[in-house]
Amino acid sequence: MAKARVKVPKSVKKGQAFLVKTLISHKMETGLRKNKKTGKKIPRKIINKFVCTYDGKEVFSSDWHPAVSANPYLAFYVKATKSGPMNFKWTDDDGKVTKKSVKISVSG
Amino acid sequence: MRKSYQGIWTLAALAVAFSAFAVTGFAGEDKFGKYQVGELRTGYTYSTPETRAMQDDDFDNPAFLWVDEGEALWNKKEGKAGKSCASCHDNASASMRGVGARYPVYNKKLGKMQNLEQRINQERTEKMQAKPFKYESKQLLGLTMFVRNQSKDMPMSVSIDGPAIPFFDKGKKFYFQRRGQLDMACANCHVDNPGNMIRANRLSQGQSNGFPLYRLKWQKPGSLHRRFRGCNKQVRAKPYGYGSDEYVNLELYLAWRGRGLPVETPAVRM
Repeated sequence: MAKARVKVPKSVKKGQAFLVKTLISHKMETGLRKNKKTGKKIPRKIINKFVCTYDGKEVFSSDWHPAVSANPYLAFYVKATKSGPMNFKWTDDDGKVTKKSVKISVSG
Repeated sequence: MRKSYQGIWTLAALAVAFSAFAVTGFAGEDKFGKYQVGELRTGYTYSTPETRAMQDDDFDNPAFLWVDEGEALWNKKEGKAGKSCASCHDNASASMRGVGARYPVYNKKLGKMQNLEQRINQERTEKMQAKPFKYESKQLLGLTMFVRNQSKDMPMSVSIDGPAIPFFDKGKKFYFQRRGQLDMACANCHVDNPGNMIRANRLSQGQSNGFPLYRLKWQKPGSLHRRFRGCNKQVRAKPYGYGSDEYVNLELYLAWRGRGLPVETPAVRM
């Protein structure tokens, strides 16, 4: 079900920091809610890890917890070094991984 | 009799609108730009700056995850006829431009009003010979938002002439009819009190131009009928079903009330 969107500038200058925006569709079930009819707890199912790699290095990562909203949005800055792919990885509680890759083109 | 009745409401709306300006510190008519037409203001103008910022940027707006899915469905072949929406309608940005702004419309075959969701499902069953989507499913929401998004910023302009007249009257009656244990009509909040707080929420004029919209409380997009049902439950009335005639007539009346406001689909609200 998870569907991801990533937005980066079309081209960036070398050495410059650029904004990376990410959004993924996910219910982020906290594990604290109860099923109204049966009274049973709905099991937790969230994305607990986000990793971004670029130029062969991990440039950004974060651990997520149950307080993160549904359809999490995350934006951060990365310094441009060289052209190439930027890879994103969202890891679910059940081990399911959603991947996305975008091209970064660096000028100068 | 009828005319004076309307006059009173207009006066009331005016008075409330002005007092709301004073209370919330909004001054001047131009402040809201395209989101205000005369006395009409979209829910956007009652939102917090944070919520507005989410709607302003198409990337930050989480509803676009569903719109993307709607776009994929537009091009997906389904059903026995082996057709997709695009097989007949081709490029949605040209063929669907303006469609969302004029729904609901009178459907001769059904002999009643039909909203966009119902139209999509009719096309699916008749032309594509595919299964209709469930109301409020992510597929139907996505496709409806995708189609209505093609009319973004176009003024709402439903037709209330000819065969639509009796349905318009029913919708109008619904709007002013008190209902539920709290004995409240739509107008009691959305005409008498826009801009005021109802517990922790700020009431708006209840315009329909941004639907289906992403509601932060729901953590997903929802249809106008879901909103109607929520409102009806809050005045402790029994809600009508999704896609029921009562709600489609009300949808027509609401679209007429907000005539001239730009289509905002998919909007973001609290």
